[in-house]
Amino acid sequence: MAQSSSANLPTSANPTSSSDARATKAPRVGLFVTCLVDMFRPSVGFAALKLLEDAGCTVVVPAEQTCCGQPAFNSGDNKDARAVAAQVIEAFEGLDYVVAPSGSCAGMIREHYPELFADDPAMAQRAQHVAKRTYELTSFLVDVLGVTSVDAAMSGTITYHDSCSGLRELEVKTQPRRLLAGVKELTLTELPGAEVCCGFGGTFCVKYPEISDKMVTNKAEEIVATGADTLLAGDLGCLLNMAGKLKRLGAETKVRHVAEVLAGMTDTPAIGDPKAVGPKEER
Amino acid sequence: MQSTSRQFKDNAHRALNDATLQRALGNVKTGFQEKRAQVVSELPEFEALRDAGRDIKNHVLANLDFYLERFEENVTANGGHVHWCRTPAEARETILEICRRREAKTVTKGKSMVAEEIGLNDYLEEHGVEPIETDLGEYIIQLRHEPPSHIIAPAIHVTREQIAEDFRRHHTDLDPNRRLEEPRDFTDEARAKLRERYFAADVGITGANFLIAETGSTVIVTNEGNGDMTQLLGKAHVVVASLEKIVPTLEDASTILRLLARSATGQEMSVYTSFSTGPKRDADMDGPEEFHVVLLDNGRSAMLGTEFQDMLRCIRCAACMNHCPVYAAVGGHAYGWVYPGPMGSVLTPSLIGVEEAGHLPNASTFCGRCESVCPMRIPLPKMMRHYRQREFEKGLSPQKARAGLSVWSYFATRPSLYRLATRVATGLLGRMGRGKGRFSSLPLAGGWTSVRDMPAPEGRTFHDLYKERAAAGTRS
Repeated sequence: MAQSSSANLPTSANPTSSSDARATKAPRVGLFVTCLVDMFRPSVGFAALKLLEDAGCTVVVPAEQTCCGQPAFNSGDNKDARAVAAQVIEAFEGLDYVVAPSGSCAGMIREHYPELFADDPAMAQRAQHVAKRTYELTSFLVDVLGVTSVDAAMSGTITYHDSCSGLRELEVKTQPRRLLAGVKELTLTELPGAEVCCGFGGTFCVKYPEISDKMVTNKAEEIVATGADTLLAGDLGCLLNMAGKLKRLGAETKVRHVAEVLAGMTDTPAIGDPKAVGPKEER
Repeated sequence: MQSTSRQFKDNAHRALNDATLQRALGNVKTGFQEKRAQVVSELPEFEALRDAGRDIKNHVLANLDFYLERFEENVTANGGHVHWCRTPAEARETILEICRRREAKTVTKGKSMVAEEIGLNDYLEEHGVEPIETDLGEYIIQLRHEPPSHIIAPAIHVTREQIAEDFRRHHTDLDPNRRLEEPRDFTDEARAKLRERYFAADVGITGANFLIAETGSTVIVTNEGNGDMTQLLGKAHVVVASLEKIVPTLEDASTILRLLARSATGQEMSVYTSFSTGPKRDADMDGPEEFHVVLLDNGRSAMLGTEFQDMLRCIRCAACMNHCPVYAAVGGHAYGWVYPGPMGSVLTPSLIGVEEAGHLPNASTFCGRCESVCPMRIPLPKMMRHYRQREFEKGLSPQKARAGLSVWSYFATRPSLYRLATRVATGLLGRMGRGKGRFSSLPLAGGWTSVRDMPAPEGRTFHDLYKERAAAGTRS
């Protein structure tokens, strides 16, 4: 995968560990939290933060971020999509990189922001500048930082769903698997049809619930058939969809974002599971 | 063909609840996806061929008038005729006129999606000419009075049991207890039935996969040989083709042929690749006495120079629908017009209007699998999104969705207000859902919770927690 110019990156031939990165000036990475992580699962945001800091980045979380604009863009509302995109560009353009724990949002910024401003050369240039520096989390860790292992353990068997935008717009496929291979006590059982859409599709899942249902039912059945005790993926939209269906079907499979496992932050309840009661409960 | 694309949701509902159809659709995966993947993996230059195919078609579309006129000159020089038809009506009338001149009672037909597009069969029948479909799949659906549900496997929605029933019902002269189980049984029976019709037919009508400008030839690819019988045995051969089928040279056709069967059926080449160049010459043993090309526009030239021009690169291989999870769920008839699947979701609104076919470009998750297998690298999701833009601009998108979007964008462009709103919503949902961790129903989220649970939020927003931690960090 093409790497953007990396002026602030360690230029050593093989920057495999975070200490190398710290030896030179740490890259300033803007964490694009994503609206779903912000609202539904802040743990994923903190997991991403930990992974980036462990890899030697200085992580900044710009306050002026809300959403990437995809709901408007994919509904044909380019005016509102541009307004939201301009806000993201403004908030992140001063940083070395933009990293999102989502292939979908990173794909939006990287692939579609420049196209949104095609009629506005000045904005198009700024969009291009940000787009080139934007990565999905696991791809950034592996392809840009050269991270080869993480310090995490989780006992059990997982299976992995490749979310569409990450896979096809950003070529995220081997990166999460490479990192997961380093998680102690973990076994990966590949999911047949891992590259087939789960039926989320943003507003698609509520505009065409019956078709979405058929797709996510197929997916849930394939997940259960792997016998894995946990399903992982890199996009919270897909995860909420698949977790919701697995729960509706009464399946036992736990569902988590890949970042949680890579960061070793799996003591929180899995997606769609009740909060643990008792002394551990916060506040 | 009358469109039912407006009723896409109802069509989809019926399809999803049709157990027989769902069983039939199960064949798409093994039948097409795996074979394509296998044959593509065996050809190292496949990706380079895709680039070459795209470039040939782009060049043609930039010089369409030149190549079409060149094609006409060469068809004429070979003793054939080109009929330029703007509309389906013009094309139908032209074909009927040829049939009438030959006093045709029956015509045999090779498989043609353009013939479906212009509603040729019904029209001929209404005017006393009997059309006989000779492609096995088309023959089956003609018996069933159904339109095709797939552009290369028109009867993919029909199970073997259904075909056996149809054959017993129509071929009443045959032994009622004969074996009708395997594809071979159906092929043999249809072949025997069709043989007599080929010899009796006055006119043979085929489509074209390519029109070759430098030679004035038309090309069809088939696996059953029915196309050859159709175009050689009739006294007149009528080719009905849309104008974007043109390629400059034989060499260009060969390049795209290497992509076509691999992308379509996972074959290296189709069993028959047949070139037709003009009518029978004096020294030829056989062949048609007349050769006509009915060239249909039907809105395609209006796509040139628009954001939908790339769609005209399509070579009708069906890879997009073979890999589309929405097509796999609802089948081809749900799309409501001639062309189903992702290519149909772009072509249908282009040809019959986005007002009529507005659902189609919306019924996609933008998973991008169609584009990833398209041999012509057509950016299908991007063009579907362009249609969504047109719908939004024309005020055609549903009022509820528009209202939702304007509320969302009001908040999304005001981060402080957004923080406040998400804090309240997340807190509320988090508290409501903490017991079970999920909701089985939620007000205003019926589209979601009608089919799956909604996982509950953890309870606080990332931004609130982050601010708190940052503040704690500075204090310590």
